[in-house]
Amino acid sequence: MDNLTIDGSAKTPTVEFEGVGKLLIKGRSIPENSIEFYKPVIDWIGAYGGAPKDITEVNVQLEYFNTSSSKCILDVFKKLETLSGTEVKVNWYYEEDDEDMLEAGEDYQAIIDLPFKMIEVEEL
Amino acid sequence: MIDVFDLYNNMEKNDILLSFKGAITSELLTSVLQIMEEKMEDLNEEPKTKKKVFNVLVECLQNLYHHIDDFEVKGTKEEISKKKSAIFMISRHAGYYNIITGNFIGNENIEKLRGRIDHINSLERDELKAYYKSTLNNGEMSSKGGGGLGFIDIAKKSGQKLTYDFIKIDEEYSFFTLIVKIVQK
Repeated sequence: MDNLTIDGSAKTPTVEFEGVGKLLIKGRSIPENSIEFYKPVIDWIGAYGGAPKDITEVNVQLEYFNTSSSKCILDVFKKLETLSGTEVKVNWYYEEDDEDMLEAGEDYQAIIDLPFKMIEVEEL
Repeated sequence: MIDVFDLYNNMEKNDILLSFKGAITSELLTSVLQIMEEKMEDLNEEPKTKKKVFNVLVECLQNLYHHIDDFEVKGTKEEISKKKSAIFMISRHAGYYNIITGNFIGNENIEKLRGRIDHINSLERDELKAYYKSTLNNGEMSSKGGGGLGFIDIAKKSGQKLTYDFIKIDEEYSFFTLIVKIVQK
């Protein structure tokens, strides 16, 4: 499985999805139209699902995301939820005192049937 | 002739940090967000305040962007570009920020928008959280991804009631103003 690498920009996050089962989304996700951005990301997960590794570790380290991205991020998790033959673990990072980001992680945790770990860090 | 000094004084008196009138483009929003981040950095705002203002500003400006993108105006090219023009301002006062947006709206859409904002304003914090979560999970995704979460998110993150007004222009259009207050941490 080829890696998927997308460089971050002022409005879109860095994406590093590795075929070895390590998936990272990092930075800011505030594009006006997020569907276009997230399509290859979701497609990659679908392809990875064909022959996934035993453990799939998902690291979400977002500083900001807009409501347009929030639905797409939910779709990313929903796609991960459909994977079989792998144990998917989600690490949701948030900066200390960023209650909004913690709350957002908890919202996904409540909706998605995957184990979430909330990790507080000083700075993302 | 336009009295520029008068305009300047008016903005100064109203503690306006930044204001813009015209067409709302993606590039404009990128620049404005960058300018506001730098301004808040210079003002030594608390990280919590910076995050809140930035988050709410993104939603307010993108609301404006999407509205104008979807807004169907009939008429000449000039009339269309006039009606698709908008205004926004960010002001900083003792203890709080205001994010103010203004745009034209078709009169037939006023009641729906009023109903949505009034409903959001009627909710307590926990109800707003639940409403956000259910809209996120069950709501329809619009072609651009938003799906009606914008105003809910603005109310949730600002923690304040949304202030708004409609001024009737003519039989077809009104001017919609939204004011969002963000208390400094």
